[in-house]
Amino acid sequence: MSADTKSSDLAALTIAGARDALRKGEVTSVELTQACLSRIEGADALGAFVHKTPEIALERARAADDRLAKGDAPAMCGIPIGIKDLFCTEGVPSQAASRILEGFLPQYESTVSAKLRDAGSVMLGKLNMDEFAMGSSNETSVYGNAVNPWRRDGDDTALTPGGSSGGSASAVAADLCLGATGTDTGGSIRQPAAFTGITGLKPTYGRCSRWGVVAFASSLDQAGPMTKTVRDAAIMFGAMAGHDPKDSTSADLAVPDFEAMLTGDIKGKVIGLPREYRMDGMPAEIEKLWAEGADMLRDAGAEIRDISLPHTKYALPAYYVIAPAEASSNLARYDGVRYGHRATLAQGDGITEMYEKTRAEGFGPEVQRRVMVGTYVLSAGFYDAYYNRARKVRALIKRDFDQAFEAGVDAILTPTTPSAAFGLGEMTEADPVAMYLNDVFTVTVNLAGLPGIAVPTGTDAKGLPLGLQLIGRPWEEGELLNAAYALESAAGFVSKPAKWW
Amino acid sequence: MLDLSYESPAPKVIAGAKHDWELVIGLEVHAQIASKAKLFSGASTQFGAEPNSNVAFVDAAMPGMLPVINEFCVEQAVRTGLGLKAQINLRSAFDRKNYFYPDLPQGYQISQLYHPIVGEGEVLVNMAPGIARRVRIERIHMEQDAGKSIHDMDPTMSFVDLNRTGVALMEIVSRPDIRGPEEAAAYVVKLRQILRYLGTCDGNMQNGNLRADVNVSVCRPGDYEKYQETQDFSHLGTRCEIKNMNSMRFIQQAIDYEARRQIAILEDGGSVVQETRLYDPDKGETRSMRSKEEAHDYRYFPCPDLLPLEIEQGWVDDIQANLPELPDEKRARFVTEYGVTEYDADVLTADVESGHYFDEVAKGRDGKLAANWVINELFGRLKKEDHGIADSPVSAAQLGGILDLIAKGDISGKIAKDLFEIVYTEGGDPAQIVEDRGMRQVTDTGAIEAAVDKIIAENPAQVEKAKQNPKLAGWFVGQVMKATGGKANPKAVNEIVAAKLAG
Repeated sequence: MSADTKSSDLAALTIAGARDALRKGEVTSVELTQACLSRIEGADALGAFVHKTPEIALERARAADDRLAKGDAPAMCGIPIGIKDLFCTEGVPSQAASRILEGFLPQYESTVSAKLRDAGSVMLGKLNMDEFAMGSSNETSVYGNAVNPWRRDGDDTALTPGGSSGGSASAVAADLCLGATGTDTGGSIRQPAAFTGITGLKPTYGRCSRWGVVAFASSLDQAGPMTKTVRDAAIMFGAMAGHDPKDSTSADLAVPDFEAMLTGDIKGKVIGLPREYRMDGMPAEIEKLWAEGADMLRDAGAEIRDISLPHTKYALPAYYVIAPAEASSNLARYDGVRYGHRATLAQGDGITEMYEKTRAEGFGPEVQRRVMVGTYVLSAGFYDAYYNRARKVRALIKRDFDQAFEAGVDAILTPTTPSAAFGLGEMTEADPVAMYLNDVFTVTVNLAGLPGIAVPTGTDAKGLPLGLQLIGRPWEEGELLNAAYALESAAGFVSKPAKWW
Repeated sequence: MLDLSYESPAPKVIAGAKHDWELVIGLEVHAQIASKAKLFSGASTQFGAEPNSNVAFVDAAMPGMLPVINEFCVEQAVRTGLGLKAQINLRSAFDRKNYFYPDLPQGYQISQLYHPIVGEGEVLVNMAPGIARRVRIERIHMEQDAGKSIHDMDPTMSFVDLNRTGVALMEIVSRPDIRGPEEAAAYVVKLRQILRYLGTCDGNMQNGNLRADVNVSVCRPGDYEKYQETQDFSHLGTRCEIKNMNSMRFIQQAIDYEARRQIAILEDGGSVVQETRLYDPDKGETRSMRSKEEAHDYRYFPCPDLLPLEIEQGWVDDIQANLPELPDEKRARFVTEYGVTEYDADVLTADVESGHYFDEVAKGRDGKLAANWVINELFGRLKKEDHGIADSPVSAAQLGGILDLIAKGDISGKIAKDLFEIVYTEGGDPAQIVEDRGMRQVTDTGAIEAAVDKIIAENPAQVEKAKQNPKLAGWFVGQVMKATGGKANPKAVNEIVAAKLAG
């Protein structure tokens, strides 16, 4: 076996597989890490990693090997992963893919990345994303877009990996790392997971600490794992989750052993299919994928039930009021005063000019649009018409889900996205709302604070991966992962993108 | 509680060129919560630290940093609410007030607009014995302070000190129940007194730990009563807000100036523009800071980083049970328990320490005598040296000891003053000093009689004159006192001298 082949094989391991091999001594973390680093070196065309940290990676790999040798190794020990650029990592550039955070080196480590570090996992570097996690195609990044390792059959058009966690999705799908952190405000974990044929879990709001994660929309943001399999998601999620007194919205609940809950047994579980998610103009192949997913779960012993979530159609507009409103306030701190980018000022410029020029230069167009929308919906005279109404809609959407769960539904099955990955640049000229439609199946979950998981279950006519979403009861990610595990087992999706980069 | 009844003071009337005007005033007092740590971070609140040394990551609004409420500050706000006899809201919430300024790193201040922690309460503002204004409190909310911008250190740059950023404030909002400049200042004095009694704010105005925004409007006599009946603000004039006042004197001057400015505009046929103004103490005038049109749109919305604040009634009850005696109660008690005048009770309760001191001196003694000594001798002496009660070299126990010596007849009032001076300057146990220095009053009639006999024997001419004119007996008393070094009991000397001269 050539060194290259070995690298590829090691990097292609799942977290579970690597963990078992590490514990058995069949491979070392240093070997795994080097394998991933060499894959990353050859994958610049994917634009997935925006800051590489090989020294940190190898140092942590050696430390992990020591822990493994001592038999004191949690599941994530020695596992090479990537960290989305939205997470602040001590001494390592953390820019949220924005020019305005140019040169910013945090003096602190986000709780989630610290937990992963303390569990022994190996940070390979920081991953590309949409600027401030605002976008569904990774095209708003200051680093330039990440690229989907998948291509349409017989067509070398560069496709989006989705967004905002596009770099994370691309890196995991292309075997540059074994898993990656993502964040999900309106679908930013699940949509890119679906576009790249991987698994992405958005946990219940409050399950993973937001401390040290650059805020987009605080009441919606939630970190989660992006992995090659459902089992990997369970393992990695277990290391990320947990109460954090530094985040007042973090839940003080015990973290169960999620992996142990993956029995694949879903007999008697009730899976709801919400009729409102069957939208006009939905591509036939999405509809077919959805029906097939329902069949698979039925075959696995679940009861499939049609349900109604009547306020679904108001979710997207409510989301695009609430998220920009919070963002407009959260992003006010980027003012050029204390850190990051500051515009060069002209003679006579005062503080107002400093703000205006700094923010005009530092924020890209999509971020500027959302800051302006958010400022508008919160302004005097419009607050009730927009923000307050959106909050009421949000409460109704949550109630829809609550009622479904109270009626005995254990999980809800929907498509993850309305289409497969689209071409980079294809949406550039489109109305921004067309891009926002990517989130139509995912935003409800954020508005209601629920856990949701995207699982690849098939491909479209052109060979691109498609995924289904399962939505679970709050705090019952274990049950949700188990349902996803059953779906994954039944779907048997094992395709990998052919290496072209 | 012992309650005293009061009459409301008459509103201040300003005579305009055309007719009379009255003032309507409401205050928003910002009181820094006495806490070692900030409202949402563990950074220190110590005054006078090196610039930017008391700054946590969250205070500097570093990316991804989150606020966590300081429970101690919440307790202080609840204490304050209870001290103002106010409604405590078991559920309150934080909102963001958004605006850009370099000393506001987050770009928003976390405050409580929609659901404050404290609702309606009241403050009784004593104006004169038997006269007090009951000022209603609308609400108290908690909020973060901003940092400090320094514009005069460099010709081209401004500097920012974030030490104050995020320090906990209580904003105490009154209803427009205050009717004159003196009342406004007296309200702040009373509020500060209560806060100090509660220990929730040190009330230091020089350091900016207590500041007031003053809302002033003017109306014609009779209009205010219409407002009172209906609570309809349209009966009142348009108000202007004078920002950031940090002295009682300036508050009065600014209100007076502002009222006259508004009256001049109205009598000239103009109308008052609602705006924010600043008081310039050097020029003695207020000037426009920003008009209503230029006013910030703060885009308030619920802070998504903080869950609604829920507290339990049991916790509130515990705080209530441990409240100290407050000025109004203490004042009433001093009047009824010790028989001091209302005026003296005011002086004695002006601050916590004075009240404690007096209580200790007066307990089990003659209250009026105690009040007299504390106010006239002690406070007078302290004032001479610009000292406060906390610096008093005479402890309450020592002063009590002096009063006991007077009560027992061991020393006269005059000797007591000498003794007080010795204790004040040299310290020591009063009884011991009296003993050691032979200051004890002579009440032994035999000794006094001997002294009187001696004077009479030595001054036959004077005796003859005194027999003609009994008023001259005083000369003999004086001689006896002189001969005994002032220690003879004056009453006994008088009696004996009178008897001997008559005999």
